[in-house]
Amino acid sequence: MDIALARHWVQAIAVAMDEHQDRLTQLDSAIGDADHGANMHRGFNAVLATQVSYRPDSVSQLLVKVGTTLISSVGGASGPLYGTAFRAAGKALPGTDPDPAELLAALRAGLDAVRELGAAAPGDKTMVDAFLPALDAFEEEVRAGGDLAAAAARAARAAEDGARATVPLQARKGRASYLGPRSIGHQDPGATSTALVFGALATAAAR
Amino acid sequence: MKKFLNTPESVLADALAGLAAAHPRLDVDVEARVVRRAGAGRAGKVALVSGGGSGHEPLHGGFVGTGMLDAACPGEIFTSPVPDQVLAAATAVDQGAGVVLIVKNYTGDVLNFRMAAELAADEGIEVRTVLVDDDVAVTDSTWTAGRRGTGATVFVEKIAGALAERGAGLDEVAAVGRRVNELSRSFAVALTACTTPAAGKPGFDLPEDEMEVGVGIHGEPGRRREKLGTAREIVAEALAAVLAEPVLTGTDQALVMVNGLGGTPLIELYVLFNEVSTQLAAQGVTIARSLVGNYVTSLDMAGASITVCRADEQLLALWDAPVDTPALRWGG
Repeated sequence: MDIALARHWVQAIAVAMDEHQDRLTQLDSAIGDADHGANMHRGFNAVLATQVSYRPDSVSQLLVKVGTTLISSVGGASGPLYGTAFRAAGKALPGTDPDPAELLAALRAGLDAVRELGAAAPGDKTMVDAFLPALDAFEEEVRAGGDLAAAAARAARAAEDGARATVPLQARKGRASYLGPRSIGHQDPGATSTALVFGALATAAAR
Repeated sequence: MKKFLNTPESVLADALAGLAAAHPRLDVDVEARVVRRAGAGRAGKVALVSGGGSGHEPLHGGFVGTGMLDAACPGEIFTSPVPDQVLAAATAVDQGAGVVLIVKNYTGDVLNFRMAAELAADEGIEVRTVLVDDDVAVTDSTWTAGRRGTGATVFVEKIAGALAERGAGLDEVAAVGRRVNELSRSFAVALTACTTPAAGKPGFDLPEDEMEVGVGIHGEPGRRREKLGTAREIVAEALAAVLAEPVLTGTDQALVMVNGLGGTPLIELYVLFNEVSTQLAAQGVTIARSLVGNYVTSLDMAGASITVCRADEQLLALWDAPVDTPALRWGG
């Protein structure tokens, strides 16, 4: 991944958050407080705005900047969680263009940071339920010798599947947990937006 | 759903500008989204900063003023403020004696305020955090994000604010805030869902003859849905949930709030308060002080919450101390 590809990724995320804003809001209305679509939209718009004049020396720097911008502009739980994910991933990257294995290791660092901050485990009906399977699929493809485009495409599919698999789960973290058993039967908005982030990576990598 | 607004995106900025225009004793930074007392603060006074998503007005900006908060950080509607905002507020009001952050227990608020507290500490500001989690509708267990912070926030901000005004130290102010939270429990019932400007339609559908029991203040559905009861039955259910809490066992005098969620007329809140008063008296609890009105709202949700705080003489004296804010004003 080079800086140009990382920029395309960020742009594709912003496009996805724009296109899916209403869907995220609807999902969040069902089991949360109806602000996830607006928050992700605002956050990645802010990211786009800062990227216009930002000239990073590395993908590492770029991703750290994305994270910092999200923390400063989103609020809610998603700001710190996504912001920390990008910051931790960025910090784990080398100063050079990462190969797929290095990118995978960085994304794992991002996931670890999210799990630590949110104290969420797989199955809690959170973004972790899309993030973790995405990285497992990415890793399988990289081990099989696949390139970034192939790994990202598999990760995107696995994240989508993971988000859908949150439907029968009972939420144990975040605002949806207040509903107890009534959170069952709804797809988690955070897992859904995470699937959009991986979908955007696949879109960018396929260019 | 009809709303008074210019655009859904500009609601918060427009409302903050209105707050500034209506209350010259507030210094409102619409850009930075910080509401603070106008003028220089008193050197050596512990500062109180709170904040959270907007849509709960008058919480928190309406409680900025003498005897209560020094600053408030309003986030987007139902979205916690960002760390930069909280840091800007803490930096602006710190008088060298430290800052108490009053945080309602929601994942987003906790994460953003924690980040802000770390940033403030890096800048040499002493920070203590008081977490408010009084809502008994949520089981406080590893299976949830923990009890929510709701009505007791008003009690915490008033009483800790009064102690800070008297010149108490940082740890003392934080301790009284935590004690008020520990002694307070709340329960809410909704008759309609609320409508956020961004969504434009109610968060959930509630049939004409049903109510949501155990709702929070963010339009999320409650723990369960029931047939609408009489005011007497609803209050009995709410008080049973609140008084079942071990910390309230043996309460003989209480600070009680019947709070509207934004779409319930005051006359109905007094109907509820009458029931609360009668039913508490029957259980041997004297209402030492009370508050009836809209203090912690959920946009246009029709509904009410009941908060009971087991009060001793120290807490009552601090409650009675002068306060001068847009939403609470007495004494002085």
